[in-house]
Amino acid sequence: MAKNNAQPQKAGIAGLFRHQIMIPIAALLLLVLFNLIADPSFFKITLGNNSDGNPVLSGYLITIIDSGSELAILALGMTLVTAASGGQDISVGAGIAIAGSVLLRVLCGTETSPETLHAPVIVAFLVSCLVAMLFGAFNGSLVAFFKIQPMIATLILFTAGRSIAAWINNNQLPNVNERSFSYYGTYIPGIPIPTPFFIALACFLVTWLLLRFTTLGLYVQSVGINEKTSRLNGLNPELIKLLTYILLGLCVAIAALIKVSRLSTINYSVIAKDIEMDAILAVALGGNALGGGKFSMSSSVLGAYVIQFLTTTLYKFQVKADALPAYKAVVVIILVVMSAPAVREKFSILIKKLRSDKTAAQNS
Amino acid sequence: MSIVKRRSGELRAPTKMTDTNLLTMITICVFVAMYIFAVLFLKKGFLKPQTFFNILNANAALIILACGMSLVMITGGIDISVGGVTALVSMSCAVYLDHKGGSLPMAVLMAVGIGLAFGLVQGYLVAYLEIQPFIVTLAGMFFARGATTIVYNKPFNVANEDFVKLKATRILIPYMGTYNKRGKYIPAYIEIGVIVAIALAILLFVLLKWAKPGRNFYAVGGNRQSALMLGVNVKRTIFFSHLICGLMAGIGGFVYFMHVGSGSPQHASGAEMNAIASSIIGGTMLTGGVGNIIGTVFGVLSLALIQNIVSSAGLDDAWWTGITVAGMLCIFLVVQSIIIARRKKANAAAAKQ
Repeated sequence: MAKNNAQPQKAGIAGLFRHQIMIPIAALLLLVLFNLIADPSFFKITLGNNSDGNPVLSGYLITIIDSGSELAILALGMTLVTAASGGQDISVGAGIAIAGSVLLRVLCGTETSPETLHAPVIVAFLVSCLVAMLFGAFNGSLVAFFKIQPMIATLILFTAGRSIAAWINNNQLPNVNERSFSYYGTYIPGIPIPTPFFIALACFLVTWLLLRFTTLGLYVQSVGINEKTSRLNGLNPELIKLLTYILLGLCVAIAALIKVSRLSTINYSVIAKDIEMDAILAVALGGNALGGGKFSMSSSVLGAYVIQFLTTTLYKFQVKADALPAYKAVVVIILVVMSAPAVREKFSILIKKLRSDKTAAQNS
Repeated sequence: MSIVKRRSGELRAPTKMTDTNLLTMITICVFVAMYIFAVLFLKKGFLKPQTFFNILNANAALIILACGMSLVMITGGIDISVGGVTALVSMSCAVYLDHKGGSLPMAVLMAVGIGLAFGLVQGYLVAYLEIQPFIVTLAGMFFARGATTIVYNKPFNVANEDFVKLKATRILIPYMGTYNKRGKYIPAYIEIGVIVAIALAILLFVLLKWAKPGRNFYAVGGNRQSALMLGVNVKRTIFFSHLICGLMAGIGGFVYFMHVGSGSPQHASGAEMNAIASSIIGGTMLTGGVGNIIGTVFGVLSLALIQNIVSSAGLDDAWWTGITVAGMLCIFLVVQSIIIARRKKANAAAAKQ
């Protein structure tokens, strides 16, 4: 207690809330608790066989780690962008449409349903990475060199992205018949855990290593906290911002591979719809300041899975897909209100007051 | 021109025109140039006044939304919930009129009420709890979209008699009609929504230009700190900007409803982006403090005109619209950013002397 009093900023419950990763963990616990009370069968995992006779795990938890993967991958890039430029990229959904379209274009050529693939998947994936990174660089250069607010700069691609995606494939919806292509989005035969989870895990590990063994994380944070000071310290803020957007482009391409592979085809107007909202939400839920600066990658990734947990929970309770955003919006508002500095201040004043009342009562 | 002089005199800007007027001028010139281009090189349809009136009819709601948006953007914020509110308003009014047998005046009140409620909540969260406007209004947009499907989830046409009568009301404009091939006179017309839109635009223009509360919006957007020092109630100004934007979204939603005459969860999808794009094209700066309602109106018209031109030039595949709008937005953003960078440099040079 004495220690807490010496550091009033970190006192009691308010101090707990200040630990970044506590926010997604608390949200996760709340959701778990809610599901435990409402229907414990939510956590049941069964081992069954899919239509090809391969063993697969099924259950709501598996759904969460499966379909939350794209979100987690996007959250990695989005966290970097948020930290460096103090804004978010709202074109990730449109970016996925473009990258997916390029992927299918390289795989299928101009045919709608070719018997054999025109190029190996890895080549197609690399090309789509390149295109997605180019679009990332476009966003990044608008933000970094032309000093346009990130959300507005990415609004351009948000408006045009799905149109460009349709244009790349001449508005055709190519279909990939190759069986092995669907492994990236579903299951590899013999492994009962969905592949997207492994891809997300790999991405997270690579990012973690990148942040651990290079100075990227430090540079991104310093640019986000104070651009002028970082320039005076010899950094190049424009280049670092641009780099974060290119990295996000890479994440978008990986997410697009998973998304397209799930269905073996693409629907330009529906693919990854509203995913930008979820990705921003994941970053916010991870407790990262949306105005830039310090960030925690693991919090964001956990935040992404919590969002998916929430989505799956809502689906389980028969909420229609169209009405989903309304409930999510309420959750967002509660979260941002709770983490708003003005509210926190009032909260800590309240706690201090309660404590001083208590000590006063004890003294008397 | 006297306004220009007075404004630049106040600011003591080293250049003759203020940012606001310069950007507005660019927009108006671009619009006029595009229209002349359309008249000269494309089908002769652009010469008919009705082509212009049709653009107005189809975009009256967007003008209202964009005016509200400009106000928020001048204050330095953003509101992306307007499209969602529009959809929610048209769906609620449709359900109220058709399924509940409601009356028209109550429907109008409801539209305004929904808009005000959104503005109130978002304004409070942004101004007094100091949460980023983008996040608050993003949540508002998703809430409105979700609520629309909760109200009713299928598109349907409204058959309420009063409403159908109101929807069909056309205001004829004398001397602007054209004769068709058989020599029959076809009068030119506009819809009621256009009158509402123009009235609101003029009202907001006057408010922003000459009224003290209006000038506060510019002060807050230009520099929050100095506005506070000058005794402007910053929080209340931001709150009111969102409140007015919500109100405009409510009215815009009803005008949109009057134009389409149906309720659907897919209504006004992307309207927020169009409204933001129009404001930007109209010369409203994202950084706040610069903007003009006249410019915004021309921004909406330019956006609609370029879509018309693209489709009548033969590029009528669905994706061209998205690409041209984005291209136009991109060009205007870059031009703005360059202009502002040059201004800053000039100002800094002037300050050194």
